[in-house]
Amino acid sequence: MLDFLKSTVGRKYIMGISGLVWMGFVLTHMAGNMLILVSPDLYNAYGHAIVSNKLVLYGAESVLVLALIVHVTTAISLTIENRKAKGTRYAVNPNGDKGPTLASQTMGLQGSLVLAFIITHLATFKYGKEYETVVNGVPMRDLHRLVVELFQQPGYVLWYVVALIVLMFHLSHGAHSIFQSFGFLERKMVKGVRKFAWAYAIIVAAGFLSQPLYVYLLKGN
Amino acid sequence: MGIAKPTINLKLKVWRQKDNNSKGGFKEYDAKNVSQDASFLEMLDSVNEELINKNEEPILFDHDCREGICGSCGFMINGNAHGPQKSTTVCQLHMRAFKDGETLVLEPWRASAFPILKDLVVDRSSFDRIIKSGGYISVNTGNARDANNILIPKPDADEAMASATCIGCGACVASCKNASAALFTSAKIQHMALLPQGKVERAQRALDMTAQMDAEGFGACSTTGACSAACPKDISLINIATMNRELLKATIAKPEEHVGGGDG
Repeated sequence: MLDFLKSTVGRKYIMGISGLVWMGFVLTHMAGNMLILVSPDLYNAYGHAIVSNKLVLYGAESVLVLALIVHVTTAISLTIENRKAKGTRYAVNPNGDKGPTLASQTMGLQGSLVLAFIITHLATFKYGKEYETVVNGVPMRDLHRLVVELFQQPGYVLWYVVALIVLMFHLSHGAHSIFQSFGFLERKMVKGVRKFAWAYAIIVAAGFLSQPLYVYLLKGN
Repeated sequence: MGIAKPTINLKLKVWRQKDNNSKGGFKEYDAKNVSQDASFLEMLDSVNEELINKNEEPILFDHDCREGICGSCGFMINGNAHGPQKSTTVCQLHMRAFKDGETLVLEPWRASAFPILKDLVVDRSSFDRIIKSGGYISVNTGNARDANNILIPKPDADEAMASATCIGCGACVASCKNASAALFTSAKIQHMALLPQGKVERAQRALDMTAQMDAEGFGACSTTGACSAACPKDISLINIATMNRELLKATIAKPEEHVGGGDG
């Protein structure tokens, strides 16, 4: 089994499994955050419910951190080996019918941007300013106020838009590649899987994008 | 007499390298009055004839059948393995695919596991070693049996045949940014795994051939699809999914070591 996990094929399984953890997370995170479109109180109450359940919170956080570390370190080890395997690059890049998709060629670059985004995102929200509010007599953090404050800044909104579009491409290639790496793919599934991967990536990105844009365009002044 | 197509003039930038230890570089050549009915290799033949007449070293390239079935030829034309046309080996690529005045950059396959021997010729014996590690059936099957003696479902036969059309030219490795041999290895695993004679050793074959693939220093598959797009035989990416599945199953099942050969 150790040989398998060290092999190039095995490490793609590792990339897929750790990616799948985050794919599940971004989807639920996006869906939960949609409450911002409903009401500030509901949004804050949702956040409070998550941080109040320490078992779920720490459990989920440790799985996510572990998956992220595994995903990034495996990606780095594969990239180093892949570069070594290629050796010299071509003077001319492939084009036309034989050119591959941009999304698949730049996964590392996209991943680095997404990682930078995760770090700034955690710093501004999870470890950001603590406002207080009371919902139905329960004192809790007023995340809604922080969100509205931050998404009034055009620069911040722009960074979110760029990062989420990059995330969309990263997810579209990842969601498609999982079927390939895990060996689930069969000939009759190819078109369906490609559509599914794009549908998933677009739903996640569009859902997330609606939130800062809603705040910026409708809650401003 | 048919209608003669106009001839074209091309500029070639060709990778010249004396041997594996030397440093290579591009050199420019003019290909003048090239018939558009000529194949790419015929065009190079006439450039080489001129070079020989001038007492210069001809451009070395691999070739054998020139019918697109042996897998000997292949190099990069403007970054595309076997040139711009899909489902075509470079020997079956004709000059009508190009326009007058074009500049074509010719480079050898680039991969650490395919060391350059000279000019556009690379050493692909790493592929041979992958085949040697398990790309065969180790049972002596005797004389050819009656065609209907072993029944094979039509979809399996079709899929196995599609994989078996791989000619091992190396375009998949060459076009992959990771120089991954996943498409080649998976095609060789798939075409045997689907057939009754090959099923016996399928687990051990998956373990051995992927281990050899890694040992040769090929990269990992990033599912870019560049390999399949460049493949002159249109080997499908599905093969790689099958290989991954075969390897996982083989790892879990831990097959017993098979001793090769029967009593014949």
